[in-house]
Amino acid sequence: MKKFLIALLFAPLLALASGGNVHLDKWQGSVSDKAALQNGAKLFVNYCLNCHGASYMRYKNLVDLGLTEQQVKDNLMFTSDKIGGLMAVAARADEQKQWFGATPPDLTIIARARGEAGNAGAGADWLYTYLRSFYRDPNRPTGWNNVIFENVGMPHILYGLQGQQVRNHETHKLELAVPGTMAPAEFDKAVSDLVGFMVWMGEPQQEFRRTLGFFVLAFLAVLFVVAYALKKEYWKDIH
Amino acid sequence: MAGGTYEKYKSDGSIGGNVLEWVDARFPATSMWKGHLSEYYAPKNFNFWYFFGSLALLVLVIQIVTGIFLVMHYKPDAALNANGVPVAFASVEYIMRDVPGGWLIRYMHSTGASAFFIVVYLHMFRGLLYGSYRKPRELTWLFGVGIFLVLMGEAFFGYLLPWGQMSFWGAQVIVNLFGAIPVIGNDLSILIRGDFVVGDATLNRFFSFHVIAFPLVLLGLVAAHVLALHETGSNNPDGVEIKALKDANGIPLDGIPFHPYYTVKDIVGVVVFLMAFSAVMFFAPEGGGYFLETPNFYPADPLKTPPHIAPVWYFTPYYSILRAMVWNFFGLDAKFWGVVAMGASVVIFAGLPWLDRSPVKSIRYRGPIYKTMLSIFVICFVILGYLGTLSPSPMGQIVSQVCTVFYFGFFLGMPWWSRMDKFKPVPDRVTFK
Amino acid sequence: MSNQGKMDCGRRRLIVATAAVGGAGAVAALVPFVSSLLPSERAKAAGAPVEVDISKLEPGQMMTVEWRGKPVWIINRTKDMLETLPKLADAVADPKSDREQQPAYAKNDTRSIKPEIMVVVGICTHLGCSPSQKFKKGAEEGMGADWLGGFLCPCHGSTFDFAGRVYKAKPAPTNLEVPPHVYLADTRIMIGEDKKGA
Repeated sequence: MKKFLIALLFAPLLALASGGNVHLDKWQGSVSDKAALQNGAKLFVNYCLNCHGASYMRYKNLVDLGLTEQQVKDNLMFTSDKIGGLMAVAARADEQKQWFGATPPDLTIIARARGEAGNAGAGADWLYTYLRSFYRDPNRPTGWNNVIFENVGMPHILYGLQGQQVRNHETHKLELAVPGTMAPAEFDKAVSDLVGFMVWMGEPQQEFRRTLGFFVLAFLAVLFVVAYALKKEYWKDIH
Repeated sequence: MAGGTYEKYKSDGSIGGNVLEWVDARFPATSMWKGHLSEYYAPKNFNFWYFFGSLALLVLVIQIVTGIFLVMHYKPDAALNANGVPVAFASVEYIMRDVPGGWLIRYMHSTGASAFFIVVYLHMFRGLLYGSYRKPRELTWLFGVGIFLVLMGEAFFGYLLPWGQMSFWGAQVIVNLFGAIPVIGNDLSILIRGDFVVGDATLNRFFSFHVIAFPLVLLGLVAAHVLALHETGSNNPDGVEIKALKDANGIPLDGIPFHPYYTVKDIVGVVVFLMAFSAVMFFAPEGGGYFLETPNFYPADPLKTPPHIAPVWYFTPYYSILRAMVWNFFGLDAKFWGVVAMGASVVIFAGLPWLDRSPVKSIRYRGPIYKTMLSIFVICFVILGYLGTLSPSPMGQIVSQVCTVFYFGFFLGMPWWSRMDKFKPVPDRVTFK
Repeated sequence: MSNQGKMDCGRRRLIVATAAVGGAGAVAALVPFVSSLLPSERAKAAGAPVEVDISKLEPGQMMTVEWRGKPVWIINRTKDMLETLPKLADAVADPKSDREQQPAYAKNDTRSIKPEIMVVVGICTHLGCSPSQKFKKGAEEGMGADWLGGFLCPCHGSTFDFAGRVYKAKPAPTNLEVPPHVYLADTRIMIGEDKKGA
């Protein structure tokens, strides 16, 4: 009886849960791959930081990617003269609003913001898919459109690397019409590195957090053993 | 039991003893210690459900301590900073990145908020299982319902503070609910916001409520809850009154001193809880996007509603009940009745001591009707909670309406169905091992 | 039921063990809270060394720059000003700068790296007011007729000479502090740092 009731009540939920989401390619990178993160950081400051800020992030934090302060200063620091400075965007927010119609969002925690309820890691997949899904669209003022972000305001910044894709009207698949400076696989790797950097930047201490968590749980396991033994010892009295 | 009937402490001549005697002559130290701990007799048959009371107290302490440290760095300011980000939002990221150890304190607080509701929901469910709300503990239960209401307010105010998209639009929706109240509604929501939209004034008053007003009330209610409990003594899984049978010294036969027996036992509970808490905090601080909702990583934007807004998980059952009401009654909007239903669904818990008419307290001696009704109630509560996280849909609406009817049916039908059950005889003594 | 007198060894040992492990955990849990009270990355960035260009600082002039929220004075002292310093050896409390109020490289007669350029934190060592300029000799600026020029703290009347040395019998206990600084080039000073490019 009870089981029947449960089944009856949960049946409609299954129908609800299977929503029609856009297919996202899985980001396969890792935030512990220092070389990839360094490459991602380079792409980020060269391509993204012109319009988007990462204004909660300090240049100094890039040292955690295995770089020296001098390397950061020489290769990555374009919008600040202080190593402790924030990775703010070069342009001013109100001016950008005039140019683009909207202020390009800050990207420091974009990978976290693009996550989903039930799948907080989906942000990385979204970014990985988004940055590879631009195609030529003459109807858009920028000349670009995006499969998973329709009528996006942002032009395809990486088109020099990827080349130009067009959308096939029948299959709705993207096809590379004009090749870029990178081979498709090479470009996917570059975008993966860039996404990895953004995932890392969303929470630079995330690796340390997990390491610390491991030690905390190990400690609590020890505490559990003694606390449980103490409880057993006292409760011998109770009959 | 906590009265002044205990003998005052007599010094053994040592310095510490003398100090203690001096203090005890001027302060009820001994009587508090004995009355609430070392000579507070609790039933010996508590099971794991009885951990959640002390765990709720622990989470309260975690929230207060972490809150004190967060307030040192957080700024309740909706104005935009030089980078075009609201100061309040930026100050949260400042805590996460620039303040040494700040990220851990903030995760403790955000995980603690969800943990608080998990623990409190389980604590309340324990009450339903074993009839802890029944006479003579009605007042303990009422204080508890008060704690739950204040806690919901506290969580609601606190959720605005990060000033993300969910903070903003959640507050916008909930404050507008008050607009549904006839005649005074619109003025009332303006009064609550202090502005025509949720703005800087709202943020500042919510901050004040969150860090001062509500915690003060909460602490007072918690003290009252514990004092009332210790006046009547704790219930237990058998629903047997242990004070009915006492030994020659007036000590309940089935009672054991809370300290040391339940202190050492609760320590074990605390450690297990901390393991679960740490597992979430260190390995999934977003709680899968339910403890920290992902749209809240965007700063509040009054011009753009996120495509899908849902309250934090602990409010979603009530939110579903709100959405389930789509009918106009008595010339009043469905919106108004939604608010009434939502409010009633929380307040109705206060009626339990008088709605339940069964001759026994504990589920152990109740029959199949109570077990079925309680199961349906819990299932409905979970379904309502789940539906509250989803976007509205026609199917979801019907399901949540059915569940809402069950929800209220559980309470309102209780005076009848709680009497009809097949009951088992309740023993004189508690069952132990 | 009474547990009095039953405190056997095993039980005591377990209490100690639980208290020790739990106590260690409690102390470790304090770490994030205490460290959150330390200066944040923002405070550290704001307290970072400051680079100053002194090419436009004429002799006899003083400029003020902010370092760690404090005024740092840079004074281009004239020959006249420098000549007052040896004369005051008996009038100031610590003529040889024996108290550690300056880096070793500024422990000399002029309390500076280059004799004419004085770099000093403009905060009175008494209670933290910022002294005002009294550069003119004699009674012209309301000082005594034998005044050779320097600074007067408006709060409690401490007086300092052109090397930031405090006069005897004044409330301020020590000379003004010389911050760590380094010449990046002839007219560029980095304040707050001793070594180039560190």
